[in-house]
Amino acid sequence: MHPTDAAKALETPAPLRVKDCSLVTIATGRHAQNLRELREHLAAVDPMCVYSHFWLSRLQARSAELEFANDFAAWAHGALHDPVLAERLSMLDPSDFDDLEELRQAVLELVEQRLDEREMVPWAKPGQRFDFLQAQLVVFDTGETVDRPEQLAESVRWWSAGSLFYHLIDARRRRPDRLDDVRAWLSAWGLGESALARELGALDWQLLTMAELREKVAALCAAHLGGERE
Amino acid sequence: MTLEAAATVKQPTLADYAAVVGEQAIRQLERLAEPFRGKKFVHVNSTRVGGGVAEILDKMVPLMRELGIDATWEVITGTPDFFQCTKSFHNALQGDPVDIPERLLREYEEVNRRNAAELKDKLADADFVLIHDPQPAPLLKFIGNRKGTWIWRCHIDASRPQRQVWRYVRQWVEAYDASIFSLAAFTQALPHPQYVIPVSIDPLGEKNRALSPEEVASVYPRFGLDPERPLILQVSRYDRFKDPVGVIKAYRMARRYVPGLQLVLVGGGATDDPEGEAVLAEVREAASDDPDVHVLVLPPDSHVTINALQRAADVVLQKSTKEGFGLTVSEAMWKRKPVIGGNVGGIRLQVIDYETGFLVNSPEGAALRIRWLLENPERRAKMGERAREHVRENFLLTRHLREYLTAFLGVHYGNKPRIELG
Repeated sequence: MHPTDAAKALETPAPLRVKDCSLVTIATGRHAQNLRELREHLAAVDPMCVYSHFWLSRLQARSAELEFANDFAAWAHGALHDPVLAERLSMLDPSDFDDLEELRQAVLELVEQRLDEREMVPWAKPGQRFDFLQAQLVVFDTGETVDRPEQLAESVRWWSAGSLFYHLIDARRRRPDRLDDVRAWLSAWGLGESALARELGALDWQLLTMAELREKVAALCAAHLGGERE
Repeated sequence: MTLEAAATVKQPTLADYAAVVGEQAIRQLERLAEPFRGKKFVHVNSTRVGGGVAEILDKMVPLMRELGIDATWEVITGTPDFFQCTKSFHNALQGDPVDIPERLLREYEEVNRRNAAELKDKLADADFVLIHDPQPAPLLKFIGNRKGTWIWRCHIDASRPQRQVWRYVRQWVEAYDASIFSLAAFTQALPHPQYVIPVSIDPLGEKNRALSPEEVASVYPRFGLDPERPLILQVSRYDRFKDPVGVIKAYRMARRYVPGLQLVLVGGGATDDPEGEAVLAEVREAASDDPDVHVLVLPPDSHVTINALQRAADVVLQKSTKEGFGLTVSEAMWKRKPVIGGNVGGIRLQVIDYETGFLVNSPEGAALRIRWLLENPERRAKMGERAREHVRENFLLTRHLREYLTAFLGVHYGNKPRIELG
């Protein structure tokens, strides 16, 4: 290999290997019929259970619940009929917390504050209990790669919900730099501070279905880097 | 000739499913199936035909084989006493107070012991075994020296089981590596992981496959329906928990605002179910002599007819007051029908209020939503599209299979929260 080519090869970032994931949920056996029980169980569950109720519901296309951003908020709204608590819980952004314990504490504080404010403990009707679930994620390589940024838009358009979740949502908790995999890969291409990276970072993933997220990411990539739009 | 007689049966392939669920979903299945390739995966249940489990396995097993898995489907054989016993289990696990004589329990065990002897070589040698429902649950204990991962799949709403019966069934189930329930609310305390995997519909089966306009239109003259007037429908057996009388009340209230409204109630024959017969009589009485209320009793294999009725309807109801999963909801939603569903059980998982239909708590609520949907055809159509997409992403056979494979991988790799396949 020519020395210049070798140097160039060294400089070329590795392709983005597109991964995918499949999720199943596991019942923990814990469930709450009222807000006090929610607090008790929330304090005791495995941290991955907190992760599941904040992150993984995004992978399941429950668009009506997007208004409430996480399962706790959706339950406060739909089962406890407590809009104040639902609104407060909805504004918790799990990306703001260093670890799951911090996130758990934040939820607990909101729940306890609400218990202090209410004269009676709000109850859910029978059949509307909150079931604490834990997810199991199987991650696998799709065999697809994105070699250059201008290929990104076309690739993303074909990503499954699992790929979108893994690279754009799960990565924010998985990676120490809290970037998603796409922005991290763009950084390797010197595009970490680009308008595209900024706009990708500003996408409000908590309020988007996977289909909407796919469309928005593909559109942004196409607009900034080229690639045909549908 | 009926629609059923005219139907031709063809086993769909992965390529057929790709056209419905997308290439991505099939690629996911292919990738997830790699660790299972060439491995022996055995499903066991108690019937080859009839019922939701057999319908699913009939399609799922060939798909698994096409994915390279050495999948087989074994059916245990039983005696009348055995099936009487397991029918009692079914009722008791759904909460009915049932007294099961000791004699029937011994027969249940004996039948399983005999089946275990017959299936021993296949099951002991299998890499993965999925046992469906309580009928074959004791096989695990009678096989001994098993080498594979065994999971018990409960298709029953066991949210409030009769405790004595559950304790008996539990002794056979607790030795499994994991169990699978359809809803979190159905899970019970067991000493192993309990996966929550909703059931599914087959988009290419007779109940749900696309029909020609002629096939759909054939139900109008057959049942005396007027294609020019609005039509609402509920498909379910004549059972008080399905609230067919409540549906008639809702129809009456809505008809004041929607002149010409027609209602079709479809259920199965009730000859072997005294309570079903009584409910059917109540429904007929409630329908009175209203020529626009059609109370139909169809044979159990009327899949294409029901498919056509669901497609012919403008709005579908499932106004249950208690419901396990209620797959007729997904069937209707797959046909782009917004569903007005009772705010209970698995209906809540399928009907997203204001998005894919409406959740209601009374005949009045159902009447209001009927009026709204019939008054707003464009928004109804939009809701119907969302309903179909919701089913495509969550309640089709391919998702069901993907989650089965994921659960088996989960158990096989030691129940870690995250597993990275090489």
